[in-house]
Amino acid sequence: MNKHITSLIFGASLALAGISAASAGTLEDVKAKGFVQCGVNPSLIGFGIADEKGEWSGIDVDFCRAVASAIFNDPTKVKFSPLNAKERFTALQSGEVDLLSRNTTWTMSRDSSLGLMFVGVTYYDGQGFMVRKSLGVSSALELSGAKVCTQTGTTTELNLADYFRSHNMPYEVVAFEKNEEVLQAYEAGRCDAYTTDASGLYAERLKLTNPDDHMILPEIISKEPLGPAVRQGDDKWFTLVKWTYFALINAEELGLTKANIDEKKSSDNPEIKRFVGAEGDFGTPIGLTSDWAYRIVKNVGNYGEIFDANVGPSTKLGIARGLNNLWSKGGIQYAPPIR
Amino acid sequence: MTAFVSAFVRDEFVAPKPPPPSTVGVVGWMRQNLFSSVLNSILTIAAGALIVWLLIPLVRFTLIDAVWSGEDRSACAQATGACWAYVKAYLPQFVYGRYPIGERWRVDIVFWMLVIGLVPLLIPRVPLKRLNAIFLLTFYPLIAYVLLTGGHHVFTGSFLPEGLVPPSVRFAAEYALVSALIILAVGLLSVLLGKPVAGSGALAGMILGGLGLVLAVVSIDFGLEPVETANWGGLLVTLVVAVTGMVASLPLGVLLALGRRSAMPVVRLASVTFIEVCRGVPLITVLFMASVMLPLFLPEGVTFDKLLRALIGVALFSSAYMAETIRGGLQAMPRGQYEGAMALGLSYWQMMRMIILPQALRLVIPGIVGSFIALFKDTTLVAIIGLFDFLGQIQASANDSKWASPVTGITGYVFAAMVFWAFCFSMSRYAGFMEKRLDRSRR
Repeated sequence: MNKHITSLIFGASLALAGISAASAGTLEDVKAKGFVQCGVNPSLIGFGIADEKGEWSGIDVDFCRAVASAIFNDPTKVKFSPLNAKERFTALQSGEVDLLSRNTTWTMSRDSSLGLMFVGVTYYDGQGFMVRKSLGVSSALELSGAKVCTQTGTTTELNLADYFRSHNMPYEVVAFEKNEEVLQAYEAGRCDAYTTDASGLYAERLKLTNPDDHMILPEIISKEPLGPAVRQGDDKWFTLVKWTYFALINAEELGLTKANIDEKKSSDNPEIKRFVGAEGDFGTPIGLTSDWAYRIVKNVGNYGEIFDANVGPSTKLGIARGLNNLWSKGGIQYAPPIR
Repeated sequence: MTAFVSAFVRDEFVAPKPPPPSTVGVVGWMRQNLFSSVLNSILTIAAGALIVWLLIPLVRFTLIDAVWSGEDRSACAQATGACWAYVKAYLPQFVYGRYPIGERWRVDIVFWMLVIGLVPLLIPRVPLKRLNAIFLLTFYPLIAYVLLTGGHHVFTGSFLPEGLVPPSVRFAAEYALVSALIILAVGLLSVLLGKPVAGSGALAGMILGGLGLVLAVVSIDFGLEPVETANWGGLLVTLVVAVTGMVASLPLGVLLALGRRSAMPVVRLASVTFIEVCRGVPLITVLFMASVMLPLFLPEGVTFDKLLRALIGVALFSSAYMAETIRGGLQAMPRGQYEGAMALGLSYWQMMRMIILPQALRLVIPGIVGSFIALFKDTTLVAIIGLFDFLGQIQASANDSKWASPVTGITGYVFAAMVFWAFCFSMSRYAGFMEKRLDRSRR
C-alpha cells in the first residue's frame, strides 16, 4: 500500500516537474493576451472583495492592478480569479493564474515545496486579541485568567496556549467549530477576549452590534506575513512582480503619490529621477519601459495610499499602520533602492 | 293504490333533525379532527404550542423587526430583525453574480426564453409539444450558450498545412475531411457486416452535420462582448448547473439503466462500474477532483473552464443516481410486457421506446423528481470549488464592510432558504400534478 502511495507521489511530482520545466516566459504570455490573470480572495474585506456592483477592492487586488499598470500602463488590464484557500496553489501551479495575491501566509514549507515563490510581504499580519472597551484592559498581558474565544483546530489555538504559558498567565479557552459561532459567543459575553489574525479581528468587529464598544489590543502574538506569490521557474516574472512591490514602498518613502507624481516628475532629486525613469533605464532589464515605476504610482498610488484606501484608519476597518509602516516611521516595510 | 294504504302508515317523511351542534361547523370539525380523544387533544395542544413558539420569532425576525430600507450597514447595525435592505441592494448580484452590468440583458433573455419554452411544455393542454421540446433541447441550449458566453470562438485547426488552405476555413476544411472519413468508415463497416448502408450512413451524417452546425454557430461573431464564466454567479450559475444536470442526467440515466440490465456482458459491466463508482464517491470529491487534480494532469496552458468541469462532474454524478431510479421502474414492469412486445416483432429499441419506458418512467416519477430536487440543492456544493452559485454569492457578500452587521449573514441565509424552497416546492407540486394526471387509468 505504502509503495503504491510512494509511486503515486513520485509520478505526480514527475508530472509537476515536467510542467514547471515547460513554462516559458509569463511576461510574454501576459503581454500577448493583454491582461494579468490574478488569483484573489473573493470575500475578505480590505484584501479582496467585490462589492454589490462587482467592483473589486482590497490590498491584494490593488497589488494586481499595480502589476498591470507596470506592464500596460492601465490598471484595468487585469482579470481576477476568485480562489478559495484549497485551490489557490493548484491554480498558480497549473497556470490558471499568473499571480497569486490572496492573503497567503509566507512560510518555509510553502516557499520550498509547493512550486511557488513569495515575492514579498504586502501585509504583516499576526494573531491579536479583541476585547470590550468596558473591560478596561489595554494590553494582552493584563488578560490573566481571561476566557478566550477561538476557533478549534487551528494554529490560533496553539499560539494562544504558547503565549499564555510563556507569560505564566492562567486562561480558559472557549472554542467553536465555525467563525460565526465564535463571534456569537463573544457577543453574548461568554468570553472576555476573541482571538484570531488581527486583520480578521477588524473585519469581524464590523459584524458586532456596536463595533465601537470593542477594541483590538496592540499585542501581536504570532507571525503571519501575507504576500503575493508567483510560479517557480520564471525568474524574469518573479523579478518584475518583486520590483513592483518594491516600487510601491520606494514611492511612499520618496513621498511620491498618485496626486503629486506628475509635478515631482521633474524634480532634481536623483532618486526620484531614477524612479520615474528620467535618469537611467531600469525598466528594460525587467522587460518593461523606463517609466514602469511612474506608471504604477500614477495609476494605483504608493503602498501607503493602497493601505489607507483599503484597511487604513479612515476606512470601516480602521487598522493602524503598525508593523506595516515604513522602516523609517517605526514599521518594518523596507525596500532596496532603485539604482 | 291509496285504498291499500293502512291508516297507520305515514305517507310523508319525518323532517330530519339537524345534527347535534357539537358535530357540525368549526366546533364539530375540531372535535372530530383535533380533539377526538385525550391523546389527540394533548398532541393538538402540544403541536399548536410548538407552531406558535416557532412562528412568533420567525415572523418577528422576518417581518416585524425587519429593516426594509437603508443605504448601508448603519441601517441594520442595531436591528434585531432581518436586514432586507441588504438583500435589496445586493439582489442583482445574487441573480447575476459579477456578470457585467451592461450585458445583463443577455441573461434576462436566456431566462425568459426558458420560461416561455418551458411553461407551455408543462401545461398539458397546450399543443405542439414535440416542436416545443425540440426547440428547448436543441436550439435553446445553443442560443443560451452563445448569449451567455458571447460566442465567437476561434477554431484554428491543427493538421492541414497552413499554406494549403486560408486560415479562415482551415478548421472547416479539416472538419469536413474528418467527417467524410467517418461516414466512409461507417459505410465500409456496414458493407462488411452486411447491413443496409443508407440507415447508418444517414445517422452518422446527421450527427456530424448537427455538430458542424453547432460549431459554425458558436464561431460566428454576433458582436457580443465575451463574458468569462469566472464572472458568472448567483442564481445564473445555480440554474445553469441544475438545468444542465437535469437535462443531461435523464437520457444518460436511461441509457445506463438499460445498460445495466443488458444481456451483453461488456455493456453491463461498463454500466455497473460507472454507476457504482459514481455512487460510491461523494459529489464534493468529484468536484474537487475536477477543480484541483485535473489541472495538474493537463499540460500547462491547457485549462478547462472551471464551470464546464463542474457541469460535467455534476451531470455524470446525477446520471448515476438517475440510472438506479429508472432501473427500479424497469424492474417493476411485469415480464409479460416484454414478452408481448417481442411477440409483436418489435426490435429492442422499439420495445423500449413504445412499450417499456413510457410505463416504467411513469412509475418512477416520484423518484426522478426526488433526484432533481436533490440535484438542485447539491448545486450549492460548487461553491467549494470557487464557483459562486446563489448561496456562495450570498455568503461572499455578507462580508462586505458596507453591509456587515450582526444580522446580515442570517438574513442572507433566510433569503437563500426561501428561494431554494420556492424552487423545490414548485418542482414537487408539479410532479404531484403530473402523477395524478398520468395515473388516471389506474384509479
